[in-house]
Amino acid sequence: MTATEVTTPALRATGLTQHYPIRGAGGKKVVHAVDDVSLELWPGQVTAVVGESGSGKSTLARILARLVAPTAGQLWLDGAEVPLSTRRGSRGYRSTVQLILQDPFSSLNPVHTVGYHLARPLRIHRMAERSATDKAVAALLERVKLTPPSQYAGKLPHELSGGQLQRVAIARCLAVQPRVLLADEPVSMLDVSIRLGVLNLLEEICQEERLAVLYVTHDLASARYLATSIMVMYAGQVVESGPALDVVDRPAHPYTQLLLSAAADPERTGPAVLTTRGGAPPSLIDPPTGCRFHLRCPHAMAVCSTDAPPSVDVGGGQHAACWLHAESGTRAGSALPGARPPPQAS
Amino acid sequence: MRYLLRRLGFYVITAWAALTINFFLPRLMPGSPVQAALDKLHGTVSPGVVKALAAQFGINTKASMLSQYGHFWSQMAHGDLGISTSQYPTRVTTIIGHALPWTIALVGVASIISFALGTLLGILIAWRRGSRLEALLPVTTFLSAVPYFWLGLIFVSVFGVTLHWLPISGGYSSDLHVGFSWGFARSALSHGAMPAVTIVLASVAGWMVGMRNMMVTTLGEDYVMVAQAKGLSTRRVAFTYAARNAILPNLAGFALQLGFVVAGSLLTEIVFSYPGIGLSLLQAVQENDYPLMQGVFLVITVVVLLANFVADLLYVALDPRTRQEA
Amino acid sequence: MSALGVEGWPTPATERPVVLEARGLSVDYAGHEGAVRAVHDVDLVLRRGEVLGLAGESGSGKSTLAYAMTRLLRAPGLISGGQVTFHDGRPPEEGGVGSVSLLDAEPDQLRRLRWSEIAIVFQSALHALNPVISIEAQLTDVLAAHHRGATRSERAERAADLLALVGINRDRLRSYPHELSGGMRQRVMIAMALALDPQVVIMDEPTTALDVVTQREILDEITSLRDRLDFSVLFITHDLSLLIELADSIAVMYGGRIVEQGAAKEIYDSPRHPYTVGLVSSFPSMHGARRRLSGIPGSPPDLRNPPPGCAFHPRCPFSDEQCRSQQPALVPVPRLGPETGPGRLAACWHQQEAGVTDELAGVKGGPRR
Repeated sequence: MTATEVTTPALRATGLTQHYPIRGAGGKKVVHAVDDVSLELWPGQVTAVVGESGSGKSTLARILARLVAPTAGQLWLDGAEVPLSTRRGSRGYRSTVQLILQDPFSSLNPVHTVGYHLARPLRIHRMAERSATDKAVAALLERVKLTPPSQYAGKLPHELSGGQLQRVAIARCLAVQPRVLLADEPVSMLDVSIRLGVLNLLEEICQEERLAVLYVTHDLASARYLATSIMVMYAGQVVESGPALDVVDRPAHPYTQLLLSAAADPERTGPAVLTTRGGAPPSLIDPPTGCRFHLRCPHAMAVCSTDAPPSVDVGGGQHAACWLHAESGTRAGSALPGARPPPQAS
Repeated sequence: MRYLLRRLGFYVITAWAALTINFFLPRLMPGSPVQAALDKLHGTVSPGVVKALAAQFGINTKASMLSQYGHFWSQMAHGDLGISTSQYPTRVTTIIGHALPWTIALVGVASIISFALGTLLGILIAWRRGSRLEALLPVTTFLSAVPYFWLGLIFVSVFGVTLHWLPISGGYSSDLHVGFSWGFARSALSHGAMPAVTIVLASVAGWMVGMRNMMVTTLGEDYVMVAQAKGLSTRRVAFTYAARNAILPNLAGFALQLGFVVAGSLLTEIVFSYPGIGLSLLQAVQENDYPLMQGVFLVITVVVLLANFVADLLYVALDPRTRQEA
Repeated sequence: MSALGVEGWPTPATERPVVLEARGLSVDYAGHEGAVRAVHDVDLVLRRGEVLGLAGESGSGKSTLAYAMTRLLRAPGLISGGQVTFHDGRPPEEGGVGSVSLLDAEPDQLRRLRWSEIAIVFQSALHALNPVISIEAQLTDVLAAHHRGATRSERAERAADLLALVGINRDRLRSYPHELSGGMRQRVMIAMALALDPQVVIMDEPTTALDVVTQREILDEITSLRDRLDFSVLFITHDLSLLIELADSIAVMYGGRIVEQGAAKEIYDSPRHPYTVGLVSSFPSMHGARRRLSGIPGSPPDLRNPPPGCAFHPRCPFSDEQCRSQQPALVPVPRLGPETGPGRLAACWHQQEAGVTDELAGVKGGPRR
């Protein structure tokens, strides 16, 4: 099966919005955690959501996992609309859409063995007969490269390292044969030397099981490494999206450019210069009018403080919500001041 | 400020609920024990008073529950708690007015001493971990594990009966009058010494262990290490950085404890025949004196709520994080 | 005894004088099943005005080493051997104290040196600042403890100047830590560290908890303050990629030992220890075609049960019988080419092979087996 045969995304969402009311404010004030986010997750592809803390990226993952009901928005699983307002059918949904959390040390019950954690979802979702469970557990452990399985099945969580625990968490997701994997910062708490192993495992599973993977991260470099496409979020909104290499190599939105100018890059020659006028991410209770980035943006114009920018196609499937591109109407990404030139192969 | 107003509102509602229960309880008790108690009064007490008491507890009255409830609140508003049946014709407010200062002085002072001593020892034990001070822990824990009326009885038998060092009962010598004189003060102090020591011994371990544990936790915090790295004096690190933060939960606990001063003094006052609220309650129960019981319960309720409010005030004063308007 | 003889110590990379040095430092943690050695016989030299990066994973002993060097180690941690010496750069007439052995110093002498000469910035400013005391009080008490002559208003003025130094408005003095953003809190910590104009600032993961843009702002702040005030920095982090841009030289720790040391660029361009090779090839590139990276197989060593010989051998593609039985010493790297400057040290039986360019390419592309 090739990617071209797939005509429907595994998961599609439009207009997802999450406003949390503030206690004591008479229900008038809300936190704009996520505002009007649309996305598609395709089988066999990794989609990265990149943003800083407070950008809404984790809330987005929780909406997609149906752990929270959004204020507005629609969701389709394999083309069929999912009712977001009710809990109805959420169990079937949860076995199809699995969530991996950031902290592997707290996501497993410390009193149960690895084998127990993997056997339980198998039984709950009646994927395996009791007699076949042990075999299925062993297969899952091999699947996440915890070999030999007999050595790991009897272990308790505290006997494993962070990387091994995260592999167990991935195996637990795979136990119910999901179609979609939502990974919320799956490697940010792991040691540098073992992050790549977990990222590579995610990619392999994505390819081999034709899973649709959402990779939530604050790290552009790992998103570029792993993902097919990248969405950059800022203050609850998507500011840029497109093919992973294009977004990182030719960032069209000034915020993406800022993220890149801040990222650690050993290959950088000369000092890193932040492309910003300073400032910090805005309050989500009372976000700035117009473009939410305009107060920090080095290219801000009059229109940016009054009107929200439209999402502009800058070519090659890359979109940026920025007036700079709306004005020129042409692909302006690489012509922007501060944008990186296409890098030389190193 | 809004936080405190919200808390205050909460206490007002709690007080209302407690008083309402106080109103309904004698009316709902099966077998009408109040009626039985009143029946015994016939002959010793004028019929008018019996009638008034019956009205207070909703017996033989044709008034609706609602109008009784309204009457109850108007009595409360006038500070009228009725007339004691066991010490007829003394008013309940008078009895409580005489007993309350004794309890507050004895148990209040003893509790403050116990808290201050326990907290200070807890700080020292935590700061000097592994030193000989730690031997205090099992000793005081043992003392607090002994039922304190038992401790009190031992004290009475040793220091009072055998050694004749201290008087064994009462709040002051019966040949003295209550007043501001040296003789009375000395008498009150010597009468209060044994019950106070009993209370301190029985409760100091709790404060000490609590403070030590909080202190050990706080000493592990980064900001304490920073304070040490800053080269601050040991005293400043121990008190301003560690103890000040560690004492917060203990202080809240202490304010709550003050609320139980009135209620918790029962056994001590019985053992030492101390003329406080606890003894009044005991007498009220023994004599089926329902108006007095109701009055004592009311006082306990009010004191507990007041103490809670004080705890909130302390917390707001000491922890700036509670002042944040969310 | 140090694995490295005194005469074997290489010529310094710079002629700058040493300000803080550890010799043969070992740290144990007492546990139920006997002591665990967290830091093994470490030599570390911090020179005046340099940024020395100390890189390592969790459990590598990097933070333990830093706390041991400042004698801030807490029970059950125990310094079981070695020396730490602070060399005061000021002449005696300016109050310089010459060379002081920190591990032998009396509590009073230690307290005077602390913060006035050696200050620390912790990873989480939220936890490093006392939540119930105002920023001003936390800035002024360190001034009061060391400069008893100053008046209250002089101290308050200095506290405001310190905040201004890190770009925070003085009206924030009365704030409590929870009222500041994460980046601001870390700036306050940096301001506090610089309050007494120290010669050494130890920074333990000061930017790890921050967002990437804030992190870069703080790093820029540190660099520009260092240029102006000329203090030395011992910068501890798990993120080697950060150090390559920030540090002058880097020491890489693994399993409680320093396994490689050298100038920052050299560590990145020509790593000699297989662990460093693995680390360098563990961060995905921001440029060029996507290449599959392998990371380092396996898990960091369990300090309670460390592998015999070289601690890295179970994860190393080059390991042989010698690696499994004998601990390699941290020795000068033979100069193989112009890229190997002086001061390069590595602790590997196969450092020649590990460093050779074609072998390196093989490892960077993936483990050989």
